[in-house]
Amino acid sequence: MDASPLTTYQDYLDQGILAFQRDGETGAAVFYPRLIAPRTGAALSWHHASGLGTVHATTVVHPQQGEPYNVALIDLDEGFRMMSRVEDIPPEAVRIGLRVRFRPHRPGGDEPPCAVFFPAEAGA
Amino acid sequence: MSGLPRGGAAIAGVACSDLGAVAAQMSPIDLMAQGIARALDDCGLRLADVDGLFCATTQARTSAMSLAEYLGLPDAYTDSTIVGGSSFEVHVAHALAAIDAGLCSVAAIAYGSTQRTVGRKQASVREYNPYETPFRPFLPATAYALAASRHMHQFGTTREHLAEVAVAARAWAQRNPAAWDRRPLAIADVLSARKVSDPFTVRDCCLVTDGGGALIVVAPERARALRRKPVYVLGCGQSITHASISSMPDLTVTGAVASGAAAYRMAKLAPREIGLAMLYDAFTINTILFLEDLGFCPKGEGGRFVAGGAIAPGGRLAVNTNGGGLSFCHPGMYGLFLLIEAVQQLRGEAGERQVPGIHTAIAHGNGGVLSAQATTILGTAEAL
Repeated sequence: MDASPLTTYQDYLDQGILAFQRDGETGAAVFYPRLIAPRTGAALSWHHASGLGTVHATTVVHPQQGEPYNVALIDLDEGFRMMSRVEDIPPEAVRIGLRVRFRPHRPGGDEPPCAVFFPAEAGA
Repeated sequence: MSGLPRGGAAIAGVACSDLGAVAAQMSPIDLMAQGIARALDDCGLRLADVDGLFCATTQARTSAMSLAEYLGLPDAYTDSTIVGGSSFEVHVAHALAAIDAGLCSVAAIAYGSTQRTVGRKQASVREYNPYETPFRPFLPATAYALAASRHMHQFGTTREHLAEVAVAARAWAQRNPAAWDRRPLAIADVLSARKVSDPFTVRDCCLVTDGGGALIVVAPERARALRRKPVYVLGCGQSITHASISSMPDLTVTGAVASGAAAYRMAKLAPREIGLAMLYDAFTINTILFLEDLGFCPKGEGGRFVAGGAIAPGGRLAVNTNGGGLSFCHPGMYGLFLLIEAVQQLRGEAGERQVPGIHTAIAHGNGGVLSAQATTILGTAEAL
């Protein structure tokens, strides 16, 4: 029986690792985690990302109640993209092209861990 | 969609159901049935003539089953493909194929939604995505906002360009008595409205209304025997590039490039030969993206293309003449209304907003978060 790709991904996050997959035939980075590679159908292997990436797209969500917050798409240096947020700076200060670094976020309780980002360079 | 015959089917009847805020306890299937009855009246056919049902709604898991029961049509050929708001452009292609293959002869394509009455969360329960939901994107707005952020970054599209789209839609809506929001709207009003997900304010976002309607699609020779001027299906195309915004291959290039190319190829038409562009405007960035991806202007130029009222009444290209999802009506899956408006315009029945002398129109549907693109090119007998 195959392990769920989501469970494997979250198990890595629990260990503080941002994991992604590569297509066994083409080597292309694949995200979100899957059981087979898109297009080729090839087997996938798991890899550890460096955790460094660049903000590809960004928005500030303005809820009708509560504080505005950031939602961003991050391009990891290994060649995959994911949704996340950039922390430690105001949401409107998050800019396309900003270099960012991963850290695991553990909400606690029944909530699974997720990958969030913060500016990679001091003073950014 | 290669293999479909150009002009292989015609839209013979169209109608909207009740729109806006419908009567209490009306169901989505009620609205489908109401739309079908009105569309049959429009073309002079009867319910007993219908032998194909094509439908979609977010409020019934098995909508074709519910509709077949409601209408008492156990033998109808059915198709309830659902790919979001563009489902109905896909249904037109599927109805053409079914008619061409002899699977049915009178296809009813129907939609119904009571999302305003029951609330958007009730009408369309959002699926949990473990790779997106934890970051609390306000969907669908946040997904389109991310695409807009890229377009502004790469091409210099401005906040004002986006607002132009909303203002043009409102100007058209003011010529459409059936439009939900006909209040005056200026660029400054769009910019100063309540923020939703940057760069969008609430005026960059589609309406939340009830509504539905139907199309009656038949073989061309049958359409010519009916009471309305036939509108022929000249071209169809579709492309599904992703489901979630984090998997969109390029945030500034939609599947409309592929769906449009397929539709133009089948129709043997080019963008410059299109008289009316009905482009699914769930958010202001949509119109800009689809003007580019369907070849009305070069990639990246959509913002500058719409500037100065260029897609408003009297502009260089007639776009979303009913007022669009931004001002006419948006019950959640708006794609059917693009087709209804295109047909009414091609028949010359659009009243104060009529675009004079047109023989062709493009209805471009968008589903999900720029995910499922489906293009239909329609034309009158002059375009055959």
